[in-house]
This record gives sequence, C-alpha cells and structure tokens, in this order.
Amino acid sequence: MNTENNIKTLVVKKPLKLDCGKTINEFPIAYETYGSLNEKKDNAILVFHALTGDQFVTGLNPITKKDGWWSYAVGPNKAIDTKKYFVICANVIGGCMGSFGPSHEDPNTGTAFGTNFPVITINDMVNAQYNLLDHFGIDKLFSIAGGSMGGMQVLQFISNFPDKAKTVIPIACTSSHSAQNIAFNELGRQAIAADSNWKDGNYSSEDTIPNKGLAVARMAAHITYLSKKGLQEKFGRKLQEREDLKFGFDADFQIESYLRYQGSVFVDRFDANSYLYITRAMDYFDLAKQFKGNLSDAFTATRAKFFIISFTSDWLYPTQENKDIVIALNSIGADVGFVEIESDKGHDSFLLDVPDFLNALKNFLDKSYIEN
Amino acid sequence: MKNEFQVIAELIEKEKKVLDVGCGDGILMEFLKNNKNTNIRGLEISKSKVQECIAKGLTVIEGNAEKDLKQFPDKSFDYVVLSQTLQAFLDPELVINELLRVGKKAIVTIPNFGYWRIRLHLLLKGTMPITKTLPDEWYNTPNIHMCSIKDFFHFVKSRDIKIFKSLAINNQNVSIINYSNLTIKNFFADLGIFLIEK
Repeated sequence: MNTENNIKTLVVKKPLKLDCGKTINEFPIAYETYGSLNEKKDNAILVFHALTGDQFVTGLNPITKKDGWWSYAVGPNKAIDTKKYFVICANVIGGCMGSFGPSHEDPNTGTAFGTNFPVITINDMVNAQYNLLDHFGIDKLFSIAGGSMGGMQVLQFISNFPDKAKTVIPIACTSSHSAQNIAFNELGRQAIAADSNWKDGNYSSEDTIPNKGLAVARMAAHITYLSKKGLQEKFGRKLQEREDLKFGFDADFQIESYLRYQGSVFVDRFDANSYLYITRAMDYFDLAKQFKGNLSDAFTATRAKFFIISFTSDWLYPTQENKDIVIALNSIGADVGFVEIESDKGHDSFLLDVPDFLNALKNFLDKSYIEN
Repeated sequence: MKNEFQVIAELIEKEKKVLDVGCGDGILMEFLKNNKNTNIRGLEISKSKVQECIAKGLTVIEGNAEKDLKQFPDKSFDYVVLSQTLQAFLDPELVINELLRVGKKAIVTIPNFGYWRIRLHLLLKGTMPITKTLPDEWYNTPNIHMCSIKDFFHFVKSRDIKIFKSLAINNQNVSIINYSNLTIKNFFADLGIFLIEK
C-alpha cells in the first residue's frame, strides 16, 4: 500500500505528548503541497482531510491513481486557487498514507503496531501537523480549511493556536460528535472486528487482511454521506444489469452493486486498523468539553475570521450542529460568517461539484486575501 | 445607493460596530465598510443574497431575525439596522425588543402605510394599495404587519423607548418628525426612519 517514493515525509523530532498520556518521538508526518509559498509567506492554506482522505488533495493521487479527494475545490483557478495560494495537507497521524499509524512497525516487537498503537485524538492530530508550520517557516497561515473530520481539526487547530491562522473555514462538521455519529462509527468498527481476519488487529499486509469487515464498514458509512433524495434520484429501484429480480441475494439493485463496489475499492487503499483509530478520534472529539462545557471559550483567544458552511441535505453533520459553532462565536463577538448551501448530495456535498459552495469558498478566500 | 441608506449612513459615526438585520445584497454594509470604516456584520434570510454579500467580501450570517438575534450578547453592537423589514415579521414587537437588546441603539425604517398615495389608493380604488415601496399584491406580499409612521411613533413612546431622531423621507426630501408635525409627516412621507434606544 505504501509506495514510499511518492510520499513526502517530515520526521518530527520534538516529542509529542498524546491525550492518552503516551509520548511519541521521531514520528513521520506525510504531507503534500500544491502551488508555491510566496516571499512574505502569507499565502499558505493548511487543508485538513476527512476520515478516509489523505494528503493528496488534488490532481492525480500517485498511490490510488485516482483524482485527489478535493479536486473540485483545490487547483489552479479553483475555489482554493493554487496559482495564488500555497496549499499544504498532511496525512493525519493514525492514518495509512505515510504518517505515523498502526501499520507502522513497532520497534519493540518488529511487527506492525496494530492495536498496540496509542489511541489518538483530533487534538493529537493537529498538534502533530503544527510541526509543518515550522518546517516551512510559516509564522501565520492565511487560512485553515476542511470538511467533516477536517472541519473538526480546523476548530481544534484554531483553539490550540489562536494566532496562527487569519481565516478559518470549518465545513459540514460539528464541535462534538453526536450519539448518532458515534453509533455509525461503532457499526463500522464492529464490522471490522467481526471479520475473522482482523485477529484483534494483529494482521499484517502480507497476511490475509480483514477486507470484508472493512468493506462493510465503508458501505455503511457511505450511506451516511448521501441523502435519501440523492440516492432515490440516482438509483431508485433500478436493477443491476438484469431484466427482473432473481429471487436470490446477488446484487439485484443498482444501489447494492454500487455499495459493494464502494466497499471493494476502499479496501485497496485503506487500512482497517487506521479506520478504527481515526473513527475513535472523531468519537472522542468534544471541543466544548475541553473548555468545561463552554464552546465559546475555545475561541476567545483568536482574532481570526471564521466562515462556516453547512449543507441542507447533510444529516450526518446537520446545519444545526454547524450553527451551534456560529452561535458560540457570535456570543463572544467573533468575526463569523455562515451559509447553508442548498444541495441534495448529502454530507458528501463538500467533496462534489456544488457551484454555490465552491463560489462561496472562492469568494470568501479571495476577498479576505485582498484585505489581508 | 438609495436615499434611505444615505440617511441611515449619516446617523452612524465612524468606526462603529454595526449589525445590519436583513442586509439583503449588502449595499448599505459595503457603503458603511468603505466610507465609515464600520465593523459591519449582516444577517440575511435569503441564500442567494447571502452569496452576493460573500462575493462582496462582507461578513454575513444566514439566518432569521426572529430566531437568530438571540445568539448575540446584550449591547454587542453600537447600532443595529433594520431597513423596511419590520412589517414582514410574525412578531414585530419581539424583533424590536431584540434589536434594542443587541444594539446600544437601533435604526429602524418603515414604509409608511399612512402615506397619502396609499390612503388614496384604498379610498378611490377600494383595493389593497400598491406603491413603489410596497409593490406586491395582497396575496403575495411578505408584509403582514403594516403600520404608519404615527403607529410606530406611538408604539415606541408607549414602551419607554427613547427616540433620538425620527426622519421622514418623501422622494429626495428628508425632514424631521416631531410631535407637532406628526400628522402631516404621516400623510406626506412614504418612509420613516427612527433612531431609537432602550
């Protein structure tokens, strides 16, 4: 899975104390950049990826040979214009695209960490990625942006480093994972654990891997990224390459075939243990709890300009949860804009070609950069 | 920019913090930002208008004044502006209270239902009045709580709300409204502008 020559890595020398109490040393952060950093070093945007994303934001992902996960939004002349801005994205720790994660070798045993990898949090992820600022000599980022878990990292980042970003764009996210969010993640984790190849996490890539469990986890999660209306319009009750029902358990319906396909391609690029670790990090995310229940306190130290975006058909991170962040910011007089974008594409809207979203993102960034 | 906005802008000193409730496409916000160095925020219900504001580089929150003003702390703005939308709320009294809670002062403008053209329209035609400021038919108008300048004047007076300034606009003419000329202004002005505080 790991084609090392295509992956840029920063080895972080400074020890990082994790929320779980353990400290990690000399750990790798895999990252990618797009565009170029200007002389004043004031045009950098740190993008954070979601659960199954990686550092390959746009263009061809050299590992999967597919388009980067945010190709609609990031690139030359796009919303996040790489002709203008220097875009940095890192693979989260716990991930499986080169950053320190459960598939890395445990020096004590000589085999992969598996579930001996420490449990990490969103806070740990952003603290690890903060090292990239030093690496590039950037004092202050022009912007930080991300959707879903990427949005959670955005919120955590500005809370941890209040004067390190001028603009802050959390998209389709939440300040605290809801019971429903945790429930869906638990479903995915249990699907992986139920696969006999998982072996309590002690599989290795040469070995048989828990493909089936991971595929089911992906299928379940994928449903949560779409909307009922979107699914109905795209698939309805259409049959898969057949005239009539077959009275069996093959994929009669197109939606079944689609989900099976999504599951099967996912296992080629993602590690089951990473899936467990990252979903856990999301479930543990509760920014208000870090501030004794007052979310506003997470943002009192920052002067950054916020722009929060949600989508009408997103039922995984619904508008109200995004609005709660707006409310917390307004109650301390922070500079915050908010828009809910009309879209039938569900939570996935932020990854797709949704012109109202992409225009709003572009306008916000470009206008803020002029005033910069 | 329309005369009404010109008048509103003159009421606001430089470098103040202002919330424009129902900011529309952000014309007034843009003017205040560029000419008065105002720290300006908008609240707007229409998605397309929010997009227009973002394209102008304005900080706008998509939301509904009746529900979403409550998130702002007491007296967190120097001025809160409400231009020609009071009559469209289900509960205008609640909105006025919220404006006065959130803002140190509020600037409210109202299309005057006591304007002579409106009176004449109803008197002669016997149908719901349609004018330049009130262009909609009775069945599709967003305006469900119309009032006259006189109504609004009495409304604020009876609630111990201080009126700092009340102005009448008729085309390009701007004049001061007071007790003695209230009946006349209520007849000849098609728009009233009130600077109030509680």
